[in-house]
Amino acid sequence: MAEEKGTVEPMSIDVGRGTRTTDVRKVDRVVIRFAGDSGDGMQLTGDRFTSEAAAFGNDLATLPNFPAEIRAPQGTLPGVSSFQLHFADYDILTPGDRPDVLVAMNPAALKANIADLPAGGMLIVNTDEFTKRNLTKVGYASNPLEDESLSQYQVHQVAMASITRAALEPTGLSKKDAERAKNMFALGLLSWMYHRETEGTERFLREKFAKNEAIAEANILAFHTGWNYGETTESFAVTYEVAPAKLATGTYRQITGNTALAYGIVAAGQCAKLPVFLGTYPITPASDVLHELAKHKNFGVTTFQAEDEIAGIGAALGASFGGALGVTSTSGPGIALKSETIGLAVMTEMPLVVLDIQRGGPSTGLPTKTEQADLLQAMFGRNGEAPVPIIAPRSPADCFQAALEATRIALTYRTPVLLLSDGYIANGSEPWLIPNVEDLPDLSVQFATEPNATDGSGEFWPYLRDPETLARPWAVPGTPGLEHRIGGLEKADKTGNISYDPDNHDKMVRIRQAKIDGITVPDAEIDDPSGAARVLVLGWGSSYGPIGAACRRVRRLGMDVAHVHLRNLNPFPRNLGEVLKRYDKVVIPEMNLGQLAMLIRAKYLVDAVSYTKVAGLPFKAEELQDVLIDFVKGLDA
Amino acid sequence: MTAIDLGLPQLGGLAGVPTFDGKQTAKDYKTDQEVRWCPGCGDYAVLAAVQSFLPDLGLKRENIVFVSGIGCSSRFPYYMNTYGMHSIHGRAPAIATGLATSREDLSVWVVTGDGDALSIGGNHLIHALRRNVNLKILLFNNRIYGLTKGQYSPTSEEGKVTKSTPMGSLDHPFNPVSLALGAEASFVGRALDSDRKQLTEVLRAAAEHRGSALVEIYQNCPIFNDGAFDVLKEPGEREERIVPLRHGEPIRFGADGQHGVARDPKTGTLKVVEVAEVGEDNLVVHDATIEDPSYAFALSRLGNHNLDHTVTGVFRNVQRATYDDLARHQVEQAKAAKPANLGALLRGKDTWSVAAD
Ligand SMILES: Cc1ncc(C[n+]2csc(CCOP(=O)(O)OP(=O)(O)O)c2C)c(N)n1
Ligand code: SF4
Ligand SMILES: [Mg+2]
Repeated sequence: MAEEKGTVEPMSIDVGRGTRTTDVRKVDRVVIRFAGDSGDGMQLTGDRFTSEAAAFGNDLATLPNFPAEIRAPQGTLPGVSSFQLHFADYDILTPGDRPDVLVAMNPAALKANIADLPAGGMLIVNTDEFTKRNLTKVGYASNPLEDESLSQYQVHQVAMASITRAALEPTGLSKKDAERAKNMFALGLLSWMYHRETEGTERFLREKFAKNEAIAEANILAFHTGWNYGETTESFAVTYEVAPAKLATGTYRQITGNTALAYGIVAAGQCAKLPVFLGTYPITPASDVLHELAKHKNFGVTTFQAEDEIAGIGAALGASFGGALGVTSTSGPGIALKSETIGLAVMTEMPLVVLDIQRGGPSTGLPTKTEQADLLQAMFGRNGEAPVPIIAPRSPADCFQAALEATRIALTYRTPVLLLSDGYIANGSEPWLIPNVEDLPDLSVQFATEPNATDGSGEFWPYLRDPETLARPWAVPGTPGLEHRIGGLEKADKTGNISYDPDNHDKMVRIRQAKIDGITVPDAEIDDPSGAARVLVLGWGSSYGPIGAACRRVRRLGMDVAHVHLRNLNPFPRNLGEVLKRYDKVVIPEMNLGQLAMLIRAKYLVDAVSYTKVAGLPFKAEELQDVLIDFVKGLDA
Repeated sequence: MTAIDLGLPQLGGLAGVPTFDGKQTAKDYKTDQEVRWCPGCGDYAVLAAVQSFLPDLGLKRENIVFVSGIGCSSRFPYYMNTYGMHSIHGRAPAIATGLATSREDLSVWVVTGDGDALSIGGNHLIHALRRNVNLKILLFNNRIYGLTKGQYSPTSEEGKVTKSTPMGSLDHPFNPVSLALGAEASFVGRALDSDRKQLTEVLRAAAEHRGSALVEIYQNCPIFNDGAFDVLKEPGEREERIVPLRHGEPIRFGADGQHGVARDPKTGTLKVVEVAEVGEDNLVVHDATIEDPSYAFALSRLGNHNLDHTVTGVFRNVQRATYDDLARHQVEQAKAAKPANLGALLRGKDTWSVAAD
């Protein structure tokens, strides 16, 4: 675990309530994984612990992992849901490869997750669920809690359900309802172990169950029971402290990628002084963007849940025609349906922001798992020569800036823009340095107001371009004297009339391409602290965290490696070709079969090596570290 | 056509669209683009009807938008000197929904064909109608795919012989009026391309209706389906077949008004009767404002695809809140309840600060 700085500093202090003295160890980072049945509330538990860590000032990253089925059969392997949280006293890049602590609420959760727990790791199990029936259900021949199979871990067996039930007896809640609060018991226990405040969770539970005070109080009681269990039972000899991280100065909050994306769209509308129109159709893992935007109508945001993806993007394009910021959100299968309308937006040259929260494919694929396999679909997935700019955020918080950047390009160049997020950063969270509203870019646009013909006719030519950006004027209905017709048929240069002229078509195809190629994007930044690297690792989008963490590990081992991470995938940064040629080896890790590598090889004639994995899960820093070390050593040899 | 008064505060279909005080003529609505339909195509008549009735609405031309799909008929926007979009096959109702929802000040028209609206775009059509978006949808029904040169369409009669169905088509056609009523369209009308007077009446009623209006226009395609509606145009034949609806009047037709529509006392359904047999008092008095769509639906079933009895005019014209009005209202409500404060949104509830060392 090279990302860890390895400070472990035992000391003994009096924690809180003065009942018992435990050893307190200071650690720089911890990875906890809560795992249970999908009905066990593991996402909520993880989320809560995350909020506590955030409020405490740790840096953090999270990885929720849940089944596609809403309720897979109880107690089965497909029904296991987990939430991994990495928190630290320094800036971290990933939710962690392997947990230091695994909380397993049932045998299925144990079986599905134990392989990831390193030897010596802490395992906390809810023994109540380890019945013969439940064990057989997941194929355990004997009870792992009773045989030797877990001997390499620090195992804590806690009868969470029955302790919670007993503690909640005075509340008069049914046994079943009382047991359901066992996740709060687990949260309480972990909160005790990591010296977390309890007030935030109490407040949260009171708000969450505001409509049912009895349930709220029962959950709080279960939470305290877990806390007290740690405090009083002496089965846990050590507690841990993870100090606040020294992040850049400012105010932070915890944010998921989808929330950041939705906020980015709200902010983009404000910065552009345009109403926002989201036309969309629900699909995992993009629906939360709709859910979030639907809450912010007070910012002039209209959300339209259409009859399908085609109608969603159609309505968004219609709104753009009317002068709104048209936005559509979906995942890969939805992009497939939207292709024809994206083509129409290319032809009519209207601003449109298309959000693709990628998931495992092809077809329905793995709806709740992550993948980066829509890059070539975004790049080429349309008939004809239909270039579209592509932006890919690198982390949950980066989704905010990426949304602003996508909007800037869409509005400035009058083009549809594809933003490629994915399930990993959409659902994952991290601290976000909240920007000052005054620092956000001015994205305001000028609608056309006057006829513009250069032949003295006094007409309006909808396809007369801005010489710098090659953008055409945006003349919205309601503007007198600029009545015009647009559509999917080829347009005559300048006048925008229908044209079947061969030379005109050739010209227009090239102009549309030149417009996208000419988009101003920031230069690629090179992370090469020693300046001595010969191997460059090139990534894009959500793999930023694991690649960055892997590079740190490699460097800590005394080797040199450079990292460039692309946010602009079309057009590429101007300096990219030159940067690539500076290195002896270019390695491109991707969660697909080498899509960026194909583009890079084709465009720059660089013999880039592809490292790919398409397992529905983000890369582990550990595996990338090994890959990079091999390349560094290979070159040295 | 009698004015409809439900006694409710009602917005007209054009409320919010700026009006023009000067004089407009049909010529103002013509563009310099050469009209490229085949000679004799029914689309010309509809274009002329629309261009000549629009000035009567007294709207600012720049606040009118025509959105179409793909098909011969969908070329329509190029010939209208308004704003327009010739979009993609079947999707015009969706595009127009976004436009109408985000712009209260526009009069938005959709032009579509039987293939465009009922094959590829069937889903969008029924959803626009059920939502009751303030759109006027002109469905040019020539019972054929014109632009792709003559394949049968979802309104072609069973057994239709075309290039794609040399042994006759097998599928049962849609009745667009029945379909729209099934989707609870708040306004449904039908007219013939050749009957300028009735077409104009129906179009005007549609324009004044707030909500989705579907107007089916029987349109002749002289190239690929010539004479499809001739029986409705031939003197002698047409009087026997066309059943014109007039709000508030008994439904009668025939050269001497000898036929009519009455309720079958046994089944309660509508049927064509001889006035002399049932008596004038027993004729159904047409009421387009009846909430229950089954009345208008029954009217739409009087005739068959063989055009034996073809009901024309306004079948249904009821008041129902429109999607776009409601959507705008929600935004306004939200704005009034909570002023937009971006900084507060971004900060949220749980923040922490890292101070400078
Ligand atoms: C996605 C797509 N599929 C197919 C076509 C080919 N196409 C163009 S118009 C049309 C049918 C038009 O029929 P209709 O809507 O009845 O219009 P008409 O030409 O009869 O007015 C078809 C199949 C197309 N343009 N786009
Ligand atoms: S093919 Fe038919 S519908 Fe199309 S323009 Fe010619 S006559 Fe009109
Ligand atoms: Mg047709």
